[in-house]
Amino acid sequence: MASFILKRFANFIVLVVIATTAGYLLAAIALNPRENFLGRNPPVPEYSINSILDNVNMNDQDPVLERYGTWVSGVIKGDLGLTIFSESVNNEFKNRIWVSFRLLILGSIFGAVFGVLIGVISAVRQYKFFDRTFGYSSYVILSTPVFLIAILLKLFAVFINDKLGFTLFYTVGMNTPELTGSALFVNSLQHMILPSLALILGGVAFYSRWQRNSMLDVLGSDHLRTARAKGLNKRQALFKHGLRVAILPMATFFAYSFGLLIAGAAFTEQIFGWYGMGEWFIRAVNTNDINSVSAIVLFTAVLVLFAGFLADVLVAALDPRVRIR
Amino acid sequence: MTSQAILQIKNLSISFPSESGMVQAVRNVSLDIYPGEVLGLVGESGSGKSVLSLSTIGLLPNSATVTGEVILNGRNLLELNDQEMSKHRGKDISMIFQDPLSALNPVQTIGHQIAEALLIHQDISYEQAFQRAGELLDEMRIPKPFERAKSYPHEFSGGMRQRVMIALAIANAPKIILADEPSTALDVTVQAQVLQLLKRASELTGAAVVLVTHDMGVVAGLADRIAIMYSGRIVEEGPIEQVFAKPGMPYTVGLIRSIPRIDAKQKRKLVSIAGSPPLPVDLPPGCAFAPRCPARQDICETKLPELESLSGEQRVACLRKDEIQNLIATGDLYSTEETSTIDQSKSGETILSVENLSKSFPVFKGAVLRRRIGSVHAVDDISFSLSEGRCLAIVGESGCGKTTTLLEIMNLVAPEKGRIVVFGKDVSEISKSERLALRKDLQIVFQDPFASLDPRMPIGEIIIEQLQVFKVPKVEQMARMQELLEIVGLDPAHANRFPAEFSGGQRQRIAIARALALNPKILILDEPVSALDVSVRAGVLNLLADLQKKLRISYLLVSHDLSVVQHVADFVAVMYLGSVVESGPVDTVFNHPRHPYTQALLSAVPIPDPVAEKTRERIILEGELPSPMNPPSGCRFHNRCHVRQTLAPKDQEHCATTRPVLLAQAGNLVACHHPIGQ
Amino acid sequence: MSKKNEASLSRRQLLRRRFFRNKSAVFGLVCLMIVVFLAVFGPSLSPWSWNLSDENGLDFNAFTESPYGGGLTAPSFDDGHYFGTSQVGADVFAQTMRGLQKSLLIGLLVAVFSTSIAAIVGASAGYLMGKTDRALMWLVDLLLVLPSFLLLAILSKWYQSSGWLLLVVLLAIFNWMITARIVRSVSMSLRERDFIRAARYMGVPTRKIITKHLIPNMASLLIIDGTLNVGGAILSETGLSYLGFGVRAPDVSLGSLIAEGTASAITFPWLFMFSGGLLIITVLAVSLIGDGLRDAFDPGSRSGKKS
Repeated sequence: MASFILKRFANFIVLVVIATTAGYLLAAIALNPRENFLGRNPPVPEYSINSILDNVNMNDQDPVLERYGTWVSGVIKGDLGLTIFSESVNNEFKNRIWVSFRLLILGSIFGAVFGVLIGVISAVRQYKFFDRTFGYSSYVILSTPVFLIAILLKLFAVFINDKLGFTLFYTVGMNTPELTGSALFVNSLQHMILPSLALILGGVAFYSRWQRNSMLDVLGSDHLRTARAKGLNKRQALFKHGLRVAILPMATFFAYSFGLLIAGAAFTEQIFGWYGMGEWFIRAVNTNDINSVSAIVLFTAVLVLFAGFLADVLVAALDPRVRIR
Repeated sequence: MTSQAILQIKNLSISFPSESGMVQAVRNVSLDIYPGEVLGLVGESGSGKSVLSLSTIGLLPNSATVTGEVILNGRNLLELNDQEMSKHRGKDISMIFQDPLSALNPVQTIGHQIAEALLIHQDISYEQAFQRAGELLDEMRIPKPFERAKSYPHEFSGGMRQRVMIALAIANAPKIILADEPSTALDVTVQAQVLQLLKRASELTGAAVVLVTHDMGVVAGLADRIAIMYSGRIVEEGPIEQVFAKPGMPYTVGLIRSIPRIDAKQKRKLVSIAGSPPLPVDLPPGCAFAPRCPARQDICETKLPELESLSGEQRVACLRKDEIQNLIATGDLYSTEETSTIDQSKSGETILSVENLSKSFPVFKGAVLRRRIGSVHAVDDISFSLSEGRCLAIVGESGCGKTTTLLEIMNLVAPEKGRIVVFGKDVSEISKSERLALRKDLQIVFQDPFASLDPRMPIGEIIIEQLQVFKVPKVEQMARMQELLEIVGLDPAHANRFPAEFSGGQRQRIAIARALALNPKILILDEPVSALDVSVRAGVLNLLADLQKKLRISYLLVSHDLSVVQHVADFVAVMYLGSVVESGPVDTVFNHPRHPYTQALLSAVPIPDPVAEKTRERIILEGELPSPMNPPSGCRFHNRCHVRQTLAPKDQEHCATTRPVLLAQAGNLVACHHPIGQ
Repeated sequence: MSKKNEASLSRRQLLRRRFFRNKSAVFGLVCLMIVVFLAVFGPSLSPWSWNLSDENGLDFNAFTESPYGGGLTAPSFDDGHYFGTSQVGADVFAQTMRGLQKSLLIGLLVAVFSTSIAAIVGASAGYLMGKTDRALMWLVDLLLVLPSFLLLAILSKWYQSSGWLLLVVLLAIFNWMITARIVRSVSMSLRERDFIRAARYMGVPTRKIITKHLIPNMASLLIIDGTLNVGGAILSETGLSYLGFGVRAPDVSLGSLIAEGTASAITFPWLFMFSGGLLIITVLAVSLIGDGLRDAFDPGSRSGKKS
């Protein structure tokens, strides 16, 4: 098991390096920070543009690879460089990472748990009311982009607030300033519920479809028939023998869907005014902030790969057939 | 049978909805099962035998419509709901399934799965149940049972898994064990072990066994009583000796006489039943077998024969049941002629020879991260040759390397080690165009006709595909296509149809026609009939025999079925774990085997004759085929060899350390230090 | 058993029957037909033009009265603004139809491109195996872990200046991997099937084996995945456009229309409602059709074989 994890980890590092390199190089080629200073009134003199750009290591007059080298040597030491506004990327990173984590952790865990649960129940009650309701709903949700879900949730919240006569759901920001203690906690929850829901809905729809299919496949399998031939009734057989086998493929889907979740978080943060990594990214691209963009690509690659790594370990733990002793 | 029936099936009918209408899988079947007996339920695929057995344990799919009664202890099981029925499942009736790989839960230990079966019906602690699971594994002769109870199914071999399934089935000492093709997925020597254990299981628990199978040989060896199903109905039923000796239904007669027998004294043309089983949709009002029946009369097509007593306990569903024995005596029912044996004196020249051929495959482990952990020596230093107009058979169990050998020959490229010479040309020295030219003379017929024909191509096009490769003029292509279809007994008007519209036997004929397109000199036959229904096998075997006589083709036949080899081949080479252990003319090898493995293999082949089968002495080999990845040292067979056990310790040691080579022994070539009869 | 019976119907008949028996697939097909109709003929159903400007500057035909006033009227049939007007007075119906046209076109093209790439890469990797396979699969794995959405956004500066066709190509480049994996595994198993072996042993050349045996036997898979990829492509494109990284003004897509309408979604819901609704309907229709096709081609594939 140790060598398995070690090998996976080496593979992991290689992929992170490639992904980050690709991100940096593409950003350095496609984005043009000089643009930010052109067309200003009064015009910024060229030497001062160059001096600003040199300071943040984004001067397009230097070769790309040289800038990349400088950036990498910083990253190795734990320094992600400066933003286009000459501030520390690290600081920005620290401020924003927990904002995004709050959404991502809630989104992935609740999405997976509820999705699997609904999927299992749908499979057991195939073609019954529960199955049909959740089946059609998940079709509709999967066909709706996250940003549209978020907007609709926002409209819905406004409508509810209006009916109630007070603000139950907050639709902008992470909390109302100047609150403390339990009031702050409750207030944060009121802020958190909509953006989280926007992510969770998609996750639930995604997992429930696959879990249902996987469960139905297991339902028709020979070993479940054996379990029933032993004297377990249909439901017992399903929960004692079907569930664990049917959940196995979900681990792999967990890894795949994590990338989608991160992209989804970008929309949600933007729509609900959360200053997280996604919102930062959109802003960074629009301001030609190469270093910030690369830092976010690095962050995403690490997260996606970590999810994949976790999925592999999970599968190895659950399935004796891939366990390596 | 004088005792009270333990399970009564009364007027049972089962149907399923399908795209083209209701499938009548079981039609008005009544059958009694008595305590302690072994009942063989025999039929071809689609005859309804599996559906019938599943219905008694209440595991039919929900879409099935079931009418009739299944009575156990005075209760009609069909009226019970899932909750109530599960109290009987495993306790009163248990079941063994065909495929022991998928029938066990892959993520739980064997011991846990058996313990669970015990805990469902017995009030004991988990520890007691796990202990009992180990004892059950011990009773099923699984070595180190308590240790193995902690293993997962994928760590067991096929035969071992089937033992686990039997242990599972007897865990709660049921009254009835349903065994659905329990040995079909296994090798012949392992099959013999498993059948023996099944018998033991029945003796241990006193349970009645319902043995569902398509193999008349297996039934003959094990069953006390037989029920033959055709198209959803029981067409004949009775004590096994009586049914085999004096069958009363033309279908039974054909079935018994269409099977090649390993103990046949001379080669007879096999009885072949015309046509193929009907589709179970919109069945005709009369006897379902009538369209294929040699004793058919007009009334058979309209009047459905009931299952009625013929003599004693033998019951037959045939309108002419009383005349059948006379028809057999006068030779009016399935006439057979003796096959003219090929002139042995005219020995043709060698057209294919394989010398010291070896082939190994790398082995990888791990689904997530693959790594090479060794190699399998699939074929290890084998030699043989094939002469013009002859048939050489390679026999052996799965993993012995027989298919690898074929593919190595068909690839026509330089082998890893050794030489392959076709028509005097060494394949490692030929050019690309010469290789293409050789493909004209060397063709192959695969085992599974459902996989060997492109489902997206009309059969006419399939047959002439090679003519197109060799740029035969269009006009000749069409003519040849018509001719080929006629040769293999198909209607040339059907050339535009797709393979899906043909039955298994017809498809195999199409595959043969394709292989014959350019008049090849060598035809390689890879298990040509083992994927076919029993009643159509004989037709294909007869066709192959006729073709050989007519066209003077040489056959290289690969088979695990020794009775087919006995029927078709002139020479035989027996392989075990990648090497040839014995070879020679079929008659000498089969009648006087010199190698202990050949002897055991022959003895494991079931004979479709209850009297011969139950009286003959059996050699049942210990253990299973070792993994070809790390084969045993010395003689590869030494750890399973029954002869070695009788030797002096010094000689035993010799077998385990020194590998024997093929040496001439009274007409055969044998690789054994202590051949039989010396 | 049922397999044999089905043979008596021709394959095409059977497919059609299975597909049309599936109510949700038929519903999807009807929806898609309406959507395609709107995308093709929609712009000509309105007296107004979608484009706010033409070569001569502002296109006055696009505005109700004057380009600087009279905007934000609610949907009405009387004045021909079926979906109302925007802040600047542009006709929402004309713009929505144009956006639908654009999004649908991009979705279809991306699906065709990405499925073709997937078929070529997957079939070569699976059939040729060995080094080709390892190299191609490494590429697939790499592209799968790259944060494609971020990279596309980064590249937006670049392709927005070179026209939307480049966007199609880039979307396709990041969209083919999963299908390629499926195609590869199917090719690998087909490769070992006896009918492909038989063709090899008859001397049929590799190129012919791939075109005559391999591809026809994967046609159903490619059709299904191609259909489902349309939905995924539309979602990616509208997402990018929503954030301003996709189709950009003056051109419109459903995504950019929704983005424009969001700001005042509460007060003036018609600004985003129609484009949002059409987007959902389009993607839903395509995935219902895709799943319906899958069930028709391969009835036992997902839903319970037995219960």
